[in-house]
Amino acid sequence: MTPPGPAVSVSAIGKRFGDVVALHDVTFDVRAGELFGLIGPDGAGKTTLFRLLTTVQLPDTGSARVLGLDVVKEFRAIRSRIGYMPGRFSLYADLSVEENLRFFASVFGTTLEAGQQLIAPIYSQIAPFADRRAGALSGGMKQKLALCCALVHRPELLLLDEPTTGVDAVSRREFWDLLETLRADGLTIVASTPYMDEAVRCERVALIQHGRILDIADPRRIGSRFRHPLLAVRSAERMRLLRTLRGLPDAHSVYPFGDAVHFADARADRDAQAIAPELRRELQRQGIADADVSPIEPGIEDVFMELMLGTSAEAA
Amino acid sequence: MTGAPAGDAAIEVRGLTRRFGTFTAVDAISFDVAAGEVFGFLGANGAGKTTAIRMLIGLLAPSGGSARVAGFDVATQAEQVKRNIGYMSQRFSLYEDLTVRENITLYGGIYGLSDRAITDRMTSLVDRLDLGRDLDTRVKGIPLGWKQKLAFSVAVLHDPKVVFLDEPTGGVDPITRRQFWELIYTTAASGTTVFVTTHYMDEAEYCDRVSIMVDGRIVALGTPSELKAQYEARTIDDVFVRLARAGNAA
Repeated sequence: MTPPGPAVSVSAIGKRFGDVVALHDVTFDVRAGELFGLIGPDGAGKTTLFRLLTTVQLPDTGSARVLGLDVVKEFRAIRSRIGYMPGRFSLYADLSVEENLRFFASVFGTTLEAGQQLIAPIYSQIAPFADRRAGALSGGMKQKLALCCALVHRPELLLLDEPTTGVDAVSRREFWDLLETLRADGLTIVASTPYMDEAVRCERVALIQHGRILDIADPRRIGSRFRHPLLAVRSAERMRLLRTLRGLPDAHSVYPFGDAVHFADARADRDAQAIAPELRRELQRQGIADADVSPIEPGIEDVFMELMLGTSAEAA
Repeated sequence: MTGAPAGDAAIEVRGLTRRFGTFTAVDAISFDVAAGEVFGFLGANGAGKTTAIRMLIGLLAPSGGSARVAGFDVATQAEQVKRNIGYMSQRFSLYEDLTVRENITLYGGIYGLSDRAITDRMTSLVDRLDLGRDLDTRVKGIPLGWKQKLAFSVAVLHDPKVVFLDEPTGGVDPITRRQFWELIYTTAASGTTVFVTTHYMDEAEYCDRVSIMVDGRIVALGTPSELKAQYEARTIDDVFVRLARAGNAA
């Protein structure tokens, strides 16, 4: 079973590839039984981090322990106790669904039958296609099979590198539902995603950009890190609204968000409720008659962009 | 349903169908897209989007029905279609080992632009994307977000009537994603029709109209506000999930 103490403990890890700093001074813990998210865009360093945790690559500096074991000295012991689903589809396309599962079970010295109980809720969804070649499955089905293959040897820790990239919105929800079921059964899970909306499915998330951790927080409380009054503004003339808002002297940041535009006011001490009527009047004065303004709570994407601006000159 | 936009259609699809053996991937879809419109083409994995797009860009012959893109028939005038459209896929079409300048020159040549036109385009592109100091950098050395914007700019280098964007923003950071959409708007405002697929449902709200494809058919089509009103949903994400789930159950 999982030993006492954190399931993953990363301490001041650094990794370079030539001139590229993939990870810089990364430190975090994942508690046993936690569903932990790594949230960040392509190139943030998420995959490198997984490669270090799965002992496929060595860190340049710092240290990391997985299930209490050192990723450098005790890599063999780690490998049989973790399940890893790489970002790229890495099953055998020419083997059937069932053959893939039996293959991965045998590599870990076990059988499909021994792992059956853990994978049953997921496998039942792909069982009708047991004889189909893995390469002929739909995107959502491939992900589920890959998850089964990562679970078939009953690992204590599951590492998932962007399991939902390129998957449609419905299959993404179903996949996270499965992860929550597994977590409820006591499995520790670390999953990465570029989709901010998936962060709320995690207990804690680390926001990553350019190889650095920007913040680690409970996704439901992360909004409190946003220090500016935030308002959602709507108008039928979206581009004009964007330009007008950006031209206002008190604009801190202005970004489109679905059918609205989020306007953060530079005056951190002001109350969004008080700003709303003023902003509406000003927009009307500038010719946006249908402007609809309402104060809102910042979400994870608001926070992420705010942190990006604070740490990266390139993003500005 | 809002089937026919005003003005000349840049894309006209009538009963377009594609079968593979006994499987019907695209099942008699019909819609129009107006010149200068930003049209979101949504659907679950396996719903038939990619097959439909391959027919619309002249790469795959339809089994039935018809489609005109930029004024040309996709079945009988596929070559003219290809010359009058731009295409950018999820994975970039840029050559990583060539510099930014070389990529622009290469594509300009492929699209049949004169040297003069290529130079002009290069100058305006460099201005707009602020690429000056990276012009002689190999593409693999420039940040992902810039690569994406460059790939888009190359896709519209020849001023096509219609540009197809297949999941152009996958994996990009949230700020770059938004900058990319402003590029889309600017392009549409100059008259180019934008046909875009995405898995980010907030981006669906940025489109003038969206269609939602389930099991080879278009089951919903309209402006984002129309669809939200029709399905009494708060967001397009809610509309999408409801329709796509209903399809999966079938």
